[in-house]
Amino acid sequence: MNKVAVIDYGMGNLHSVAKAVEHVGGDLGQTTEVLVTSDAGKIAEADRVIFPGVGAIRDCMAEIRRLNVGQIVEDAMKSKPVLAICVGMQALMQFSEENGGVDCLGFMQGQVRYFGDTLRDANGQRLKVPHMGWNEVTQTKDHPLWKDVPDNSRFYFVHSYYVQTDTPENVTGTTQYGTEVVAALADDNIFATQFHPEKSQKAGLTVLRNFLTWDGQR
Amino acid sequence: MGLAKRIIPCLDCDKGRVVKGVKFVDIRDAGDPVEVSKRYCDAGADEITFLDITASHEDRATTVDTVRAIAGQVFIPLTVGGGIRTLDDIRTMLNAGADKVAINTAAVNNPEFVREAAERFGSQCIVVAVDAKRVAQEGESLKWEIFTHGGRNPTGIDAIEWVKRMVECGAGEILLTSMDRDGTRTGFDLELNKAVSQAVQVPIIASGGVGNLEHLAEGVLQGEADAVLAASIFHFGEFTIQEAKQHMAARGIEVRI
Repeated sequence: MNKVAVIDYGMGNLHSVAKAVEHVGGDLGQTTEVLVTSDAGKIAEADRVIFPGVGAIRDCMAEIRRLNVGQIVEDAMKSKPVLAICVGMQALMQFSEENGGVDCLGFMQGQVRYFGDTLRDANGQRLKVPHMGWNEVTQTKDHPLWKDVPDNSRFYFVHSYYVQTDTPENVTGTTQYGTEVVAALADDNIFATQFHPEKSQKAGLTVLRNFLTWDGQR
Repeated sequence: MGLAKRIIPCLDCDKGRVVKGVKFVDIRDAGDPVEVSKRYCDAGADEITFLDITASHEDRATTVDTVRAIAGQVFIPLTVGGGIRTLDDIRTMLNAGADKVAINTAAVNNPEFVREAAERFGSQCIVVAVDAKRVAQEGESLKWEIFTHGGRNPTGIDAIEWVKRMVECGAGEILLTSMDRDGTRTGFDLELNKAVSQAVQVPIIASGGVGNLEHLAEGVLQGEADAVLAASIFHFGEFTIQEAKQHMAARGIEVRI
């Protein structure tokens, strides 16, 4: 039995993540129990934890603080594999520029920046914000979660703010959107993605499958 | 290399079945929405848009079940539109597994609804659907008016001003349908698409009028669309998603193949 807790702090759609994890669990032929919960006790009992996030950071952080989710994530990070997705990854950083500036959890060193209103690609073409759609992720470092994922596979992104890390050695994947964007970060037993693996069809499901069998080591 | 332009098959659904009204012709049945969605996802569709055209309120429960069933099998983004009028409607669809909702008439009735929705659920899941029709008289510069209720009711609102206002309210994406071209198979209204795309910062999905693969390419190259939506050319087996992508790639457009 592989128990996966998806932390529910009332922000947005967790159905997709839960369904995708159940789907790949079935592919692995293992019994995977997916719990969508904010119950600290249940999350402590899980074998692995997913920290999702969509929407605006101010509301996310308000709910994270209200439900003491920061402590839950911190406890999980000490002992088991953790996957943070999109705003979940941004919430791990120290500070976000969104909503006029919001203090985040500070479990990873770095800031979250706005793409800006005048974003252009290398050829001078105007780029839309949010960065929405399928972009190529270059695997800058080997990691167990990249197993069987071809380098430069496309993943689904939707975000207007991006992570600027103070620990470049933790970057495991990047994508290009007017600037180099951190697509994935890893530190010990935590793996964080700006893209949505649960919405990235084959490549994304492979990352989730790898997460279900990951022992939390590099 | 960078962000790919998206190809989005659209499922118009009535009482749990995919239908497609071809102009001046009876509505044709195009299958079970769950099967159709899965087939498009496996074929490489970049997203799925599901538009509920069910008239009666009672049949709406079917729609929620259908969305839930699609979301359990399709691991690409799913947008649901049609009859989204309240924050509860949005919550119901997101909980059923939709990633985005498309709002049209309710936005026109109360533009602040879009602001409330974006604040509550995030701009990333709020798509404003705009049905626009050319209204300029001969000799005037180009002008479009928006319509509601599936294109039946004129509003007197200028399309470009409306889209700017919706983005200011927090719309994260615009689904732009040309009423003049919808069902005609003569291609997108490229001037409309370009004007809207240049007016706002958020991505634009071009819709209405696709009859062949070059129309999809034109939507991106001339219409400056970020995504292209089509229904009948895919539903009845004329073209596959892969053929559409290969054609766009051959025209120098970046796509996910």
